[in-house]
Amino acid sequence: MSSYAIRKSRNFIAMSLCYGAALLGLTALTFILAVLVYKGLSGLNLAVFTEMTPPPGSSGGLLNAIFGSVVMTVCGVLIGTPIGLLAGTYMAEYGRYSALTKIIRFVNDILLSAPSIVVGLFVYEILVSTVGHFSAWAGIVSLSILVLPVVVRTTEDMLLLVPNGLREAAAALGLPQSIVIRKIAYRAARSGLMTGVLLAIARVSGETAPLLFTALNNQFWSTNINAPMSSLPVVIYQFALSPYKDWQQLAWTGALLITFTVLFLSVIARMLSSSKVQK
Amino acid sequence: MTEVMTHNSIAASSSQTRHHALKSFRFGDVLFKNLTLSSAIIVLVILGGVILSLIKGSIPALTALGPEFFISQSWNPVSDKFGALPAIYGTLVTSFIAVLIAVPVGLGIAIFLTELCPMWARRPIGIAIELLAGIPSIIYGIWGLFVFAPFLQSHVQPFLISIFSSIPFLRDVFAGPGYGIGTLTAGLILSIMILPFITSISRDVFLTVPTVLKEAAFGIGCTTWEVVRKIVIPYTRVAIVGGVMLGLGRALGETMAVTFVIGNAHKISTSILAPGTTISATIANEFTEAVGSIYTSSLIALGLILFTITFFVLAIARFLLMRIEQKGAR
Repeated sequence: MSSYAIRKSRNFIAMSLCYGAALLGLTALTFILAVLVYKGLSGLNLAVFTEMTPPPGSSGGLLNAIFGSVVMTVCGVLIGTPIGLLAGTYMAEYGRYSALTKIIRFVNDILLSAPSIVVGLFVYEILVSTVGHFSAWAGIVSLSILVLPVVVRTTEDMLLLVPNGLREAAAALGLPQSIVIRKIAYRAARSGLMTGVLLAIARVSGETAPLLFTALNNQFWSTNINAPMSSLPVVIYQFALSPYKDWQQLAWTGALLITFTVLFLSVIARMLSSSKVQK
Repeated sequence: MTEVMTHNSIAASSSQTRHHALKSFRFGDVLFKNLTLSSAIIVLVILGGVILSLIKGSIPALTALGPEFFISQSWNPVSDKFGALPAIYGTLVTSFIAVLIAVPVGLGIAIFLTELCPMWARRPIGIAIELLAGIPSIIYGIWGLFVFAPFLQSHVQPFLISIFSSIPFLRDVFAGPGYGIGTLTAGLILSIMILPFITSISRDVFLTVPTVLKEAAFGIGCTTWEVVRKIVIPYTRVAIVGGVMLGLGRALGETMAVTFVIGNAHKISTSILAPGTTISATIANEFTEAVGSIYTSSLIALGLILFTITFFVLAIARFLLMRIEQKGAR
């Protein structure tokens, strides 16, 4: 065989493998989503949204878990977002070239990929073992710690994309720097900042590990922030590993709900950020 | 904006109010700057707090058990004897399997997306792969336990056991019986989970390769594969390693998916088909049930070990990725 033919066949093999890899990735995604829809959809009915999590062996819904998840996610995002936004602002606007910013960027990247269960342990140490009982508060704090690095990262990136000419024009009008940032830079980067918040919500709404030993679980309806609170991921964890068919069915339905909420949020976030880039 | 305007017009009307307005501007400026600075410092404080609280929490176990904690294989809550070795071993082995599979597949997808895929399909396929990263960990867990593990047990594991049964060493690595759940299953699920990280970073850095370089190679008659292997990969090597380390960092700390399928056995088996445990799975499984300070503290010490390992892996990843960012900026 000529060396040309060898090279061509080598190329053919390598490129086929690349096609195969892409096919494998897409198959994995389709397979997971198809199983979720198949197993979850059959249990999806009105009771899921109107009834509490049942005791073993009887039917029920996921209302308290959905409520707990929404409350803790919303509060976690409400705490984490402003801090993250301000920290990102410092890094992009005030200390763009300072050594502190470099250190914070590094630390933030570590926090961004740090195991979430370690965050759970940290919050357990400071908010659960000192108080003596599990509480929704502890869950909220651990979620806000997970929200923070996502928002910091996107805020910094998005503010760095705002052209300096805008800031200079505003400064030339005599506006002080804080107003330039709030009225000009934030406004120019608005859709990007929204992306960060959406990505953060998507990230924490499926988080289970840090909630296991902070918010724990609660089989009943509870609006008390100071008591253990149920959440969708923790209920899925508990129900999926149980031997009861009803519980397992509810776990699949919950899984379907969470996954499509999260995927919906990340698709929206991507659409927001891509329209930004194309401009 | 309007409020600023009115401030300005008032300021212009008399020097008294002008002085006043400037003062309030300055006050607002200083306030806002310090607010952002203190928020930025909170990020540092949180990391510091995590490290300190883990160290503080693990002191009781480390003083009671000593260095034995790191090398012992026993895990006995009744006699308060705890050893971290099986969990550390399980963490490393599952992550190793994950990286071993995800790296070639991830690079393959990245090559597909940058060289082979028609333009119109690049974005949707790229997004589809990235969506894999958006699926929560617990979903991989429930899918792994109920769908993937039974599939492996009935179709893949008997096959693996039979083809390796006559080869020394590999015979032990793939020793039966296949339970479905176990180290291999956890590793495979982790590989799906870190695939999007490796894919998207490789794709992004592949795109930083100057087109002239690739065109020059095509111009002297290189095949696509030769361009990728001789030009694209050498040019982006450092960043690819960075991306792999980032994926590895994720795999090491991944909790829920692994907890479902690892089998939670505190022992080191030569067979990767056997159940094992990882650091994060142990913590997730046992933390709320742990009674006694040594037991709880041992679990926190496991968390400290996990955090230390991931910290260094992620730090290396960031360092390597930073180099390509500087290259791109130049």
